[in-house]
Parts: sequence; structure tokens; C-alpha cells
Amino acid sequence: MAEVTLDGVRKLFGSVTAVEDFTLSIGNGEFVVFVGPSGCGKSTTLRMLAGLEDVSSGSISIDGRAVNNIHPKDRDIAMVFQNYALYPHLNVYDNMSFGLRAKRLPRSEIESRTHDAAEILGLGDLLKRRPGELSGGQKQRVAMGRAIVRQPKVFLFDEPLSNLDAKLRHKMRAEMKLLHQRVQTTTVYVTHDQVEAMTLADRIVIMNEGRIEQVGTPDEVYKQPASQFVASFIGSPAMNFATGMISNSSRQTILETHSGVDIGLASSHVVQGRQVHLGFRPEHMQLADVAKPPKGHISISGDITVVEPMGHETVLTCDGGFGEIVGKYEGDKHFRPGESVYFHIRTDRLHYFDLETGIRI
Amino acid sequence: MIDVNATMARLERARPGTVILWTLLFLGGVVMITPIVFMAATSFKTGQEVYELSIIPDKPTLANYVFILQESKFMRWMLNSLWVATFSTASVLFFDSLVGYTLAKFDFRGRHIVFIAILSTLMIPTEMLIIPWYMMSRSFGWIDTYWGIAFPGLMTGFGTFLMRQFFMSLPDELIEAARIDGWSEFAIWWRIAMPLVIPALSALAIFHFLGNWTAFIWPLIVTNDPDIYTIPVGIASFNGEFQMDWEIVMTASCLATLPTLLVFLLLQKFIIRGIMLAGLKG
Ligand SMILES: Nc1ncnc2c1ncn2[C@@H]1O[C@H](COP(=O)(O)OP(=O)(O)OP(=O)(O)O)[C@@H](O)[C@H]1O
Ligand SMILES: [Mg+2]
Repeated sequence: MAEVTLDGVRKLFGSVTAVEDFTLSIGNGEFVVFVGPSGCGKSTTLRMLAGLEDVSSGSISIDGRAVNNIHPKDRDIAMVFQNYALYPHLNVYDNMSFGLRAKRLPRSEIESRTHDAAEILGLGDLLKRRPGELSGGQKQRVAMGRAIVRQPKVFLFDEPLSNLDAKLRHKMRAEMKLLHQRVQTTTVYVTHDQVEAMTLADRIVIMNEGRIEQVGTPDEVYKQPASQFVASFIGSPAMNFATGMISNSSRQTILETHSGVDIGLASSHVVQGRQVHLGFRPEHMQLADVAKPPKGHISISGDITVVEPMGHETVLTCDGGFGEIVGKYEGDKHFRPGESVYFHIRTDRLHYFDLETGIRI
Repeated sequence: MIDVNATMARLERARPGTVILWTLLFLGGVVMITPIVFMAATSFKTGQEVYELSIIPDKPTLANYVFILQESKFMRWMLNSLWVATFSTASVLFFDSLVGYTLAKFDFRGRHIVFIAILSTLMIPTEMLIIPWYMMSRSFGWIDTYWGIAFPGLMTGFGTFLMRQFFMSLPDELIEAARIDGWSEFAIWWRIAMPLVIPALSALAIFHFLGNWTAFIWPLIVTNDPDIYTIPVGIASFNGEFQMDWEIVMTASCLATLPTLLVFLLLQKFIIRGIMLAGLKG
């Protein structure tokens, strides 16, 4: 177990900046998830932590020790790769114990540690098999086993579940969580799947174009997204946005959207005249029969374009006049494309972001 | 039944093309194999019969074999060749793959230039190098030594190139995983990279061993002492000594072929593909 600190870390590949000004401190035993779209520098940051890439500037320390110039093998970390990177010519036992053999541990200890890890991951019967004879889920388990036998200070995971089918991914996600509760090792986990991020993380680091957009607990990044990027990235279906200018007309604050439709805002803390993105989540939109909103709510109307019944809820895609909006409905009513619907949204569930910077207002 | 019918139908449809193809292959096979059959046949003939083109000798004899094994230095040459070819092949497998791996998996300044320099050695014909080699050997006292025969082939541009290409297709993550696992770069090469390119190593070993086994010009030039001759040089020496005793030459050639067959049979089973990627993904 260890604390991990990144301070002003930056990575250049030639003239391309992959990671910029990355500062983060990860607590002992914490499970931190890096999430962001493809190419935003998650893997690069993780690889710098592992020592597989040099740091262009800034510093990284593990357990209080600066590791910028320390070889991966001396950082006391274990990494699970997206494609597992199991040694094809070695069987499961040898794959898992390969790192222990490098440390020249006594044979008996290698055996007991490997068997313990195999036990935890349910690999007991597969120890003699080669990777080519394993299913995807089993390979993934072996890759995790190879990491945990080492009993490292830090686990690094680079999209370890992305090659599994949805059902297995869900199962392994739960196992991952269980494992972390059990070993309590500081973990950095990279994914581009926001559901994985939300369910696993103590804290989420949302990255965009090499920079940190926000660091926070799953709750914080969901309820108080620091930027429009975070708001649109976290949550599924994604947050809806209306773009326009805040103005006061005839006793009421409204959002004059750029497409000409006005949205009445009961009140707003945003100053008049400011250009904003107004954001609201599908799950916060309550279907209503009348246009007039109750107190503390705003109302938005739309024409249904797509109906997606999911069983427990129905996802309605509508044309709101100012753009596409997606709403959720939990109930028994049936809808048809073309119908007009009203949604009411609590004003404290509206998010305002600056039009130019995307920063939360 | 349905399966059989389907297969039959497919055969029927494929017939015209297949017939032509098989005919061509058959002719090619005949062209390839005739000299070998003739060589084997001649080895059982007597001196009088050598110039007849018969495949079955009139009076089959083992006298040639007895002569070669008892009266000549053939076994000595065989051991010479075996030693030189084995040593040289081992050296090539080690050094070519070490250099190939470095060129494929390490990023260092001048890597490109080194690679191109190694490739460019492929464009220089052996004939041009023989005189420098000879002068080198003479000044170092390598004439009539095994080292003298072997040294030009201890590392090859071709082998380096071949191994580099194979190592390039090795996933970086395997190497990185081993690095995190705590192994030294050399150990990673030896324990992870090498086992995964065994097919390439086998192919290279076969090529190089056979090339060495049949090498003629350089061993001829660098050896004067019959005790140091390799097989091809030895066989050629029969000609001078015994006025074109073709049956002897053919017999010796037959015997000389045996180890190469053995090497091929031993190594070919390693030339299997597909092991490299088995540890990745689902
Ligand atoms: N070895 C490299 N050489 C040059 N550019 C690189 C290299 N590795 C990564 N990059 C660039 O750095 C940026 C970040 O890449 P990185 O692999 O960290 O993204 P990522 O967030 O892991 O994306 P993904 O979700 O697709 O894995 C990308 O623009 C990528 O093109
Ligand atoms: Mg990545």
C-alpha cells in the first residue's frame, strides 16, 4: 500500500502533447479511476506511473519516493494490460509466478503465494493450461492473478475489462471491487467506460485532451460536473443541453436559445446577458400532462421522435425545438413518435456552463 | 452421405484447373528429383557403368561405400563440416536474434543507420569478400583452422533482418509485462522473446546449417590440409586424385546429404505458426 503523487506531469511525444499539467495525489488504499474519451492520455499517464514511459517534465512519487528515474521493476507496482499480455508459451502457474521468480523468492513461498492467488481468483483447476487454452474471462483472471501474487504497493489497470462481453464485464467488475475490498491496495484504473468508473471508483479523474477536467467522487462528478465536458461524459443517456443567452423578459428569466425557442427559467443565479449551455439530465425530467410547471420547476416541451422501451423504463428522444433532448420515463404509458410531451425539471437540477470555456457557473 | 456428395461435386467442379496444376507440380517434382535419384543410383554402380543412364544398376555394389568409409578421410570431413556448421549455426541463432531483437524493440539513436548498414551487407557478393577474408585469415594465422572456415558466417545480415522482422510482430506489452515483473532486458529476450520466435529460429537454423554444409568456395580457399576439409571440399578433392571417379563422388554426396535431411526433419516440426498471439485478448 502506498500513496501516489503526480505533480505537474507532462508528456510529449515529439511535438504532440499527450499529457499536460497532471497533478493528482492518490491516497493510501484508494481506488482511483481515470476516465475520458479515446486518446485523452489515460494510458500514457498510467504508463508513466508504471515507468514504461519517461516523464517529459514534472515528478511522480510512490510512497514518498520520487520514481522519475526508477526502473519499472523497482517501483513495486503491478500492471494489468488491456490485451492481458500473458506469456503465450508459459502455463497459468508460470505466468503468475514469473514475477516472483525474478525476485528469487524461495520456491515454497512462490508456490504458496501463487496458489493463494489462484484460489482467490478461482483458477485452481487451470494452472497447467496455456493462455491459448483459456477463455477471455479466464485470461483476464490470470492477468489479475499475475498482478496480485506480486503483492505490490500499487495496482495499475489499463482497461482490463474492455475485451469482455457485457455480461462478463459486469461480473468481473463486481469481482474487481471485491478484490479491492479484500487487498486494499492503492489502485489506478483506466477506462473509457463511465459506468465502470462510477461503480468502481473512490475518486474519478476525468481527462480530456491530456488535461484533467475534474477530480471528484462519483457523486461529485455526477451532481456537480465542473465543466460541460464532464457533464456530457458522465451519465447515461448523456445530459441534454440547450445553448443560448440568459435574459429577463416580462418579469421572468428566460433562456433565449440560439434557435429561437425560449425556455422559461423560474429564476437563475446566472447574470443577465451571459451566453450559456443549460444542462439537464434525462433521469431528472419528469413527464407531465400540462405545460405549466409547479413551483421550483421549469417546463420543456418536445415532439417524440424515437421511443426506446427498456422494460423498467422508456427512453424518449424528442425534438425540443432548440435541439434533441432525451428523457426517461418510468411508468406504464405507451408513446408513439409524433406525440407532444411536456417535461418538468427541478430548477436545482439545472446546470449552467459558460458557452466559451465550458466551465460550470 | 450429403457431405460425401458435396465433396464429390466440389472435386468435379475444380477438375480442369486442378489437373493442370497437378501436372505442372508433377513435372516440377520430376525435374527436382531426377538428379537425386540418379545420384543415389550411381552410388551403387561400378566404375564401368557410370556413364549409363540406367536407374537400376546392372551389378549393384556397395564397394563405393566401403571405399569411402574405409579408404578416405570422409568421416573426418563429415565431422569437420558438422562441427563448423553447428558452431556457426549456434552463433548465428544467438547473435542474429540478439541484434534483431535490439533493432526491433529498442529505440536508440542511430538505430536506422545500423539497420541499413546491416542490410547493405546483403548486397555484397561473397566473391568480393573472399580476398579480404583470405588476407585477414593469413595475417591472423587462421588458415587451416575451423575458426578460419567459420568466421565469415558467425553473424549474417540476412538472419539479423529475418529475426528483426519476427521480433517486430512481438507485442510490446509482453516485454513490458516482463519488465514490470522484474526481469533484466537480457532475461526478457531469452525467456520471453526467444521462445516466441522459435519458428523463425528453426527456419534460420535450417537455412544457415544447409548453407554452411554446402559452402564450397571459402572453405576451399582457407584450407590446404585435407584433415581440415569440409565435406564439399573433400568431395571435390576426389576428382583430382582419382580422375573423375563419379561413382565415388556420387556416393560421397549421398552420404553427405544424410545429416541435412536429419536437421530438416528435426527442426521442421518447430516451424509452426500462431503461438505468438495466443496470450493476448479474448
Ligand atoms: N508512442 C507514442 N508516440 C506518439 N504519440 C503517442 C504515443 N502513445 C500515445 N500517443 C498519443 O498520445 C495521446 C494519448 O494517448 P493514450 O494512449 O494515452 O490515450 P488513451 O486515453 O489511453 O486512449 P484510449 O482510450 O484509446 O486507450 C494520443 O493522442 C496518442 O496518439
Ligand atoms: Mg489507452
